[in-house]
Amino acid sequence: MEFALPLAGPLSRLMAMLTDLLVIMAIKQVIGIVKDVFVAVNPDSSQALEILLYFAVSILYAILCELLLDGQTLGKRIFKLRVVDATGLRLEPSQIIVRNLLRLIDGLPMFYLFGGITCLLNTKMQRLGDIAANTVVVRVPEIAHPDLDKILGSKYNSLLEHRHLCARLRQRVTPEVAAIALEALTRRDRLEARARLTVFAGLSAHFRELVEFPPAATESLGDEQYVRNVVEILYRAA
Amino acid sequence: MLIDLPRFVNAERPHWQALEDLLKRFENDPDLRLPVDEAQRFHYLYQRTGAALSRISTFASEPELKRYLEWLVSRAYSVIHGKADRRRFHPWRWFTVTLPTTFRRRFHAFQMSVALTLLGCLFGVIALAIDPEAKSALMPFAHLAGRPSERVAQENANKGKNLDGHKTSFSAHLMTHNTQVAILTMGLGISYGIGTIIMLFYNGVILGAVAFDYVMDGQTVFLLGWLLPHGVIEIPAILLGGQAGFLIAHALIGWGDRRISRAQRLRAAAPDIVTIIGGAAVFLVWAGIIEAFFSQYHEPVLPYGVKIAFGCAELAGLIFFLWKGGTAPEPRG
Repeated sequence: MEFALPLAGPLSRLMAMLTDLLVIMAIKQVIGIVKDVFVAVNPDSSQALEILLYFAVSILYAILCELLLDGQTLGKRIFKLRVVDATGLRLEPSQIIVRNLLRLIDGLPMFYLFGGITCLLNTKMQRLGDIAANTVVVRVPEIAHPDLDKILGSKYNSLLEHRHLCARLRQRVTPEVAAIALEALTRRDRLEARARLTVFAGLSAHFRELVEFPPAATESLGDEQYVRNVVEILYRAA
Repeated sequence: MLIDLPRFVNAERPHWQALEDLLKRFENDPDLRLPVDEAQRFHYLYQRTGAALSRISTFASEPELKRYLEWLVSRAYSVIHGKADRRRFHPWRWFTVTLPTTFRRRFHAFQMSVALTLLGCLFGVIALAIDPEAKSALMPFAHLAGRPSERVAQENANKGKNLDGHKTSFSAHLMTHNTQVAILTMGLGISYGIGTIIMLFYNGVILGAVAFDYVMDGQTVFLLGWLLPHGVIEIPAILLGGQAGFLIAHALIGWGDRRISRAQRLRAAAPDIVTIIGGAAVFLVWAGIIEAFFSQYHEPVLPYGVKIAFGCAELAGLIFFLWKGGTAPEPRG
């Protein structure tokens, strides 16, 4: 059995990281307030406590979150990302600690430059910490069902009469192309007229190439309607 | 393969949901042990979901569904094929048994750390001997800039009062700063060890230059009294950081261990890396306390002999701990 997980993109990771940064800053703010309360009692100890807690929060926040939330920090949870072992095995605590300790190197020389560049150059989108710990950050998928009635309308689908060709089409169209076709229909109103013609002409030509339906079933169909009919075959008429 | 997708999804969804619920239980409690019947059910759900994934994989219309099933199957796979002997973390056992045994098992990496630091020391000594003007470049720290004898006179006059009211925060500062240095030394192992080599060598250069400067100025006793109490713990802790860094580098390069993939090597090395850097952090907490509350007192407040003896006792304790810790005592008779 083969399975693949969708890697998290650099933008979503950046957003999750900024969210975590905000959380850390908020915690540090609270530490600062607590320190201000105790500074009158013992300035030296309260200063020491502040230094230690700042450091502990900076280092331990991500480690504890990922340990307790199974590979997620609060930012990752919001943006539906998760740290997993790169080979599909169970994520070990030591991997979580190593990847987070290496943030110190990823952050060099400033603004996560090393980590960011490594992430962009790496085929698995790994920053240095991920490489050292053999982890990747993936997107957590959810089942999403598009509103097909709204997208496809209720026109007669002449292609459906040829059930064996429909079955062949379902076998030959890749999930990625099917998703592109559905996306094109969903966004058709946002496309400029010329761009819309180009997109549907391309998709239609691709589908026509994959399976040849009898001319009687296709001759009156424009490119967009052809794509609409194909999407209906793929998504609804199984 | 032709399937009636909506009916198939409706029929299978309860099983996927059941698998997801079980996976959530594992995620919430990593030490979860299922009873046999539940474990069998878990395995059945995993296989069933895997079969559903195989069927859906040839189907163009549901990329999201395929991703969802891949996600479920991968999570179940990681639970089934993960380590079975995950135990609760026991700090005392970790410190007294795991740390010293790991240290000894990975001793070659520590030897490399020591060798590079000594090489740096030698370079620092030679560089300062050849060119005393290079002192500011070799030791870019304000408190080391002047003549050692002047500093010693000043420290003796202060009687340890210059840190009054700041000792605790100074100690905290030392702990966090030195721990960061140790983590940096470890983390630079990701540069195939080059960064770790540079860090250790540079630390050695500073150490060698400072020692040479004080010895040549006739302040050897002060130097030993000042450095030994915290240095005998702090310096080995940084060397442990280097040891952890070389473990990363070794796993990346794979010398003598190329039968397994780089990913497997890194995964296998991670527990040892964490143990060693964790040990370094513990040592640095101790060194921070000693440096702030003990090392800063000099004669006449604290005789140098006491400080040196204390440092030697610590070093002996550290060596004994790392060499003998975690070994079961010999059975009597």
